[in-house]
Amino acid sequence: MEDLHELSEKVSAIKQEIKSELEKLESSKGVYDYKKSILDNKTGKIGSLMKQMGKVPKELKADYGKKVNELKVWAQNHFDELDAKFKEQELRQRYEREKIDVTMPAKKHIHGNLHPVTQVTNQLIDIFASMGFEIYEGSEIETDYYNFTALNTPQDHPARDMQDTFYLSPEFLLRTQTSAGQIHVMEEKKPPIKIISPGKVFRSDDDATHSPMFTQMEGLVVDRGITLGDLKGMLDEIVRKIFGEGTTTRLRPSYFPFTEPSVEVDVSCFQCGGCGCNLCKGTGWIEVLGAGVVNNKVLEGCGIDTEQYSGFAFGVGLERIAMLKYGFNNIKLLFESDLRVLNQIDD
Amino acid sequence: MLVPLSWLKEYVEIDCTPQELQDKLFSCGFEVEELTEVGKDISKVVVGLVEECEPIPDTHLSLCKVNAGEHGTFQICCGADNVHAGGKYPLALIGATVYATAKDHKTIEGVMEIRQGKLRGYDSFGMLCSGTELGLNDNLYPQAGYNGLLVLPQEAEPGADVKPMLGLDDWIFDIAITANRPDCQSIFGIAREVAAVLAKELKEPALDFTETEVKKEGFSVNVSAGDICPRYIAHYVYDVKIGESPDWMKRRLALVGIDAISNVVDITNYILKELGQPMHAFDDSYLKGNEINVRRAGDGEKIVTLDGKEFELNEENLVICDKEKPVALAGIMGGLNSEILDTTTEVMFESAKFARDNIRKSSRALGQSSDSSARFAKGVNEYTTVMAMKRALHLIEELDCGKVSSTHIDVNAGNSIEPQEMTVSVSKVNAVLGITVPDEEIVSILKNLDFAPELNGDELKLKIPAYREDMESYPDVAEEVIRMYGYEHVVPTFMPTAEVTLGGRNLKQKTELQIKKALCSAGAYEGIHYSFTSPADFELLRLKPDAKERKAIRIMNPINEDLSVMRTTLVAQMLHAISRNQKRGTLEGRIFELGKIFIPEELPIRNYPEERETICIGVFGENEDFFTLKGLTQTVADTLSIEFTYEADHKPFLHPYQTATILCDGEAVGYLGKLAYEIQDELDMRVPAYVAEINLKALTKYYGKSPVYQPLPKFAVENRDLALVMDKEITCAQVERVIFETCDYITSVKLFDVYEGVQLPPKKKSMAFTVVFTPKDEEFKAEMIDGFVSDILKNLGEKYGVVLRA
Repeated sequence: MEDLHELSEKVSAIKQEIKSELEKLESSKGVYDYKKSILDNKTGKIGSLMKQMGKVPKELKADYGKKVNELKVWAQNHFDELDAKFKEQELRQRYEREKIDVTMPAKKHIHGNLHPVTQVTNQLIDIFASMGFEIYEGSEIETDYYNFTALNTPQDHPARDMQDTFYLSPEFLLRTQTSAGQIHVMEEKKPPIKIISPGKVFRSDDDATHSPMFTQMEGLVVDRGITLGDLKGMLDEIVRKIFGEGTTTRLRPSYFPFTEPSVEVDVSCFQCGGCGCNLCKGTGWIEVLGAGVVNNKVLEGCGIDTEQYSGFAFGVGLERIAMLKYGFNNIKLLFESDLRVLNQIDD
Repeated sequence: MLVPLSWLKEYVEIDCTPQELQDKLFSCGFEVEELTEVGKDISKVVVGLVEECEPIPDTHLSLCKVNAGEHGTFQICCGADNVHAGGKYPLALIGATVYATAKDHKTIEGVMEIRQGKLRGYDSFGMLCSGTELGLNDNLYPQAGYNGLLVLPQEAEPGADVKPMLGLDDWIFDIAITANRPDCQSIFGIAREVAAVLAKELKEPALDFTETEVKKEGFSVNVSAGDICPRYIAHYVYDVKIGESPDWMKRRLALVGIDAISNVVDITNYILKELGQPMHAFDDSYLKGNEINVRRAGDGEKIVTLDGKEFELNEENLVICDKEKPVALAGIMGGLNSEILDTTTEVMFESAKFARDNIRKSSRALGQSSDSSARFAKGVNEYTTVMAMKRALHLIEELDCGKVSSTHIDVNAGNSIEPQEMTVSVSKVNAVLGITVPDEEIVSILKNLDFAPELNGDELKLKIPAYREDMESYPDVAEEVIRMYGYEHVVPTFMPTAEVTLGGRNLKQKTELQIKKALCSAGAYEGIHYSFTSPADFELLRLKPDAKERKAIRIMNPINEDLSVMRTTLVAQMLHAISRNQKRGTLEGRIFELGKIFIPEELPIRNYPEERETICIGVFGENEDFFTLKGLTQTVADTLSIEFTYEADHKPFLHPYQTATILCDGEAVGYLGKLAYEIQDELDMRVPAYVAEINLKALTKYYGKSPVYQPLPKFAVENRDLALVMDKEITCAQVERVIFETCDYITSVKLFDVYEGVQLPPKKKSMAFTVVFTPKDEEFKAEMIDGFVSDILKNLGEKYGVVLRA
């Protein structure tokens, strides 16, 4: 049976052992393992002292317990102190190990882009949608009737020469203009009509500024009291949003069979502000679209009463807008899917 | 159309600069595409009087002392054979610009600047010029084509600028004429517009002539094709003396690019340019039977035109015939058999209106065209047809090259050439424009246009000249008013009277944009390719002769064979795009296209074909594989909140073991796979490519399907990892399906490892799955999950002989 003296000796020995052992330790992991060998309730040196409590005489139990507990607290403090020291040191080392060259290239998530023409189309759609325009999608293959005849361009009309048409049969052709959609809309729907119709159109033309396929956006408004002034008012708004505040429009006479009067619409050069530069070829103006007051013959052909209703229509080449806006010099670039080109335009 | 300023001035006084006139024409609807001074390259060339002229020994040169008035007197070495003392010639001073000519002294090789020179040791302070060096020829100035010095008239003042006296200060306007204004396809037509825009008086060309008593007895004109020849006027001219035209006429024709031929032929060409009416002159002695017949050609009938080309005709072609044979291809070109020759003494003039469409079609079908056919195709008016004949007869007299008989035959359908009355409401005119143009402006504008306006309250009475066939109703009047009043007066408004409408994309448009954006987020770039493609693509794709893709709509008149069929698949152009990128050094990337393919019901098409929205995705690069592309196809499914399933399949252009059909609800909606190596090689691709094509139209029924919220599980989910051993042929999808069908607590089955190798028997593989069990109304007990797992193993074992890996 051990007495308290024996315990005191044991305590001193353990303290001594802990002191010398701690000096040998080099990491917080070492502290943790050693701590376990000392304090573990079952196997630890101090833990096993506690287990011997049962064998200690009753009157000595309190002192015995107290001494063992003091030892435990003493040991715990030593362990904590050393552990904190190691932890701090280890954290510092970890940080040092993880030193990087922050000037190395970023790891990017590659995000593709919509096609430049789609981007321009979306910008226009958003503006027109906010003005109450719906979007109508026509078909790329059309009949001669919808593409020409119903647009006041009968078989013998010289305006047919303005557009070199791809024919699929004597009756069917590849639409040369999104205006073909106008008639379908007016046949299906009665005024008020406010639509835009973006889509691919085709003409037998192939050089640096012409592609046999390109994208147009047609716009049509038919309602009571629509005037040329309304056309100008709306176009002014659109060009400001697309090309920037301060951009203005200029109307000048032109001819399309399905509008009367017909106008070409120029915008003030957004590069030079109208003083003349290479973009506007020194004129201060850039031709962007054709428009006009819808020809009564077209409205009447669709059963719309011209005594009550009038309208305006416009058609804009979207590649041209994209080229102007983003500075492409060759329309062919837009149809080649060259990733070096496509990844530049994210507007 | 080319319009010389000097010619224009014959009909209207022009008191503004050419540039100001250009601006005015532009604002009233006539864009001057090019404004060029005739002598734009000539400067500092003055009249030089040769005072002394001595031959330089042993050379062909002469040493001259040339008096250039205020500019001084210069020593000039000159090699021309016609230089002599007392002569006046153009002298290019030091610093002058003239044309450099080739050794032949005719061909212009560019513009040169005159510098002080030395010839055979003699200083020369300028150059005496030939006509060619000033850009002239015999037609532009008499004798200017002579291979020597241009001789100036004796009255020329030494030192004076030569440009005005040679017509080099003239200007040429190249004007674009819109299709609604065929009446302006002539110099006189443009003069009418200029007179209106400058508010000047218009001087008509002289139309007077004197008919003699002489008649061509019994002569008749029969028009049997009145539908395509509404007017035919013939007039007989005799005692014709073929010769050269006067200098003024030759010069004007030369300025608009026409070579003088002979007086009678030049008159027809002159009128074509002056009035815009194509005319024809027949040598009457070759017309048989004293008659002209205007009729459709018989099938197989032949004619040889002036240029010696023979054409076989059909009833679509209109011909002018004598009693026996065609003598002209109406409106296109005369026949060689009745051509005006130097020996011609009798002429039958023709001034007619032929249907523009017929002339255009004939001209295209026969591949024969002329200035006349181009003009007829734009449309002529009968007012001018009548006027032109008068003008021709006047010019015959003015040029004194024949006598005007009284044989005049005018076959017409009774169309009036008198002004047509039109009454419009002024308020309606203003309503088109959205502004109120002052009444006096309206009246003045319409008066200048010769519409003889009479305003009575709101009622505006007009007399529309017969040549203005484009004027039909009040919007046309509105256009006339505003183009002259000025478009800058239009006040911008914002549809104050219109109803409010709801706008925006519809479901289909929204969804398509969502899909595109989702693919962009997944690193793909949108491309756009032509809707037509090459039939060679079918061979590239190794398509079988009866493949459905080969049933493609052909374009009747393609630009070339490479752009000749409407596409039935998007994949070929995607492959070309990938190949192009690789050739240009881009060796990895992702591209997609959302476009239409064209599926005809029958060929040739008789109904609108199906235009099927399709999406094509292509990826290429060493870091891509079948599964990265599969991930992109699932991006499409995720966007639509639908599930795709995949089954191994074959495509002639894809890897035989890396190709799958994409299904949605059991319906095949597309495919994906790795590009076959033989095609990769054929397209010179350095890195592999993977392509997918999905029929988006078939998926539209799922558009707008909103995802539904699944309540979060109330109790803990349980995961079990199962490593399973099976035959190599068993697919992941087969195992997944069996697991899923085992019990309805399973919410996810995910493959996380595949092993094939020495630790397994041959022909076996191991696949490890994480199976997620989600509890419903109560917490799982361990035994339940164990039960499910043993059910899974039992089912897999029974169906595919799958066992748990030891």
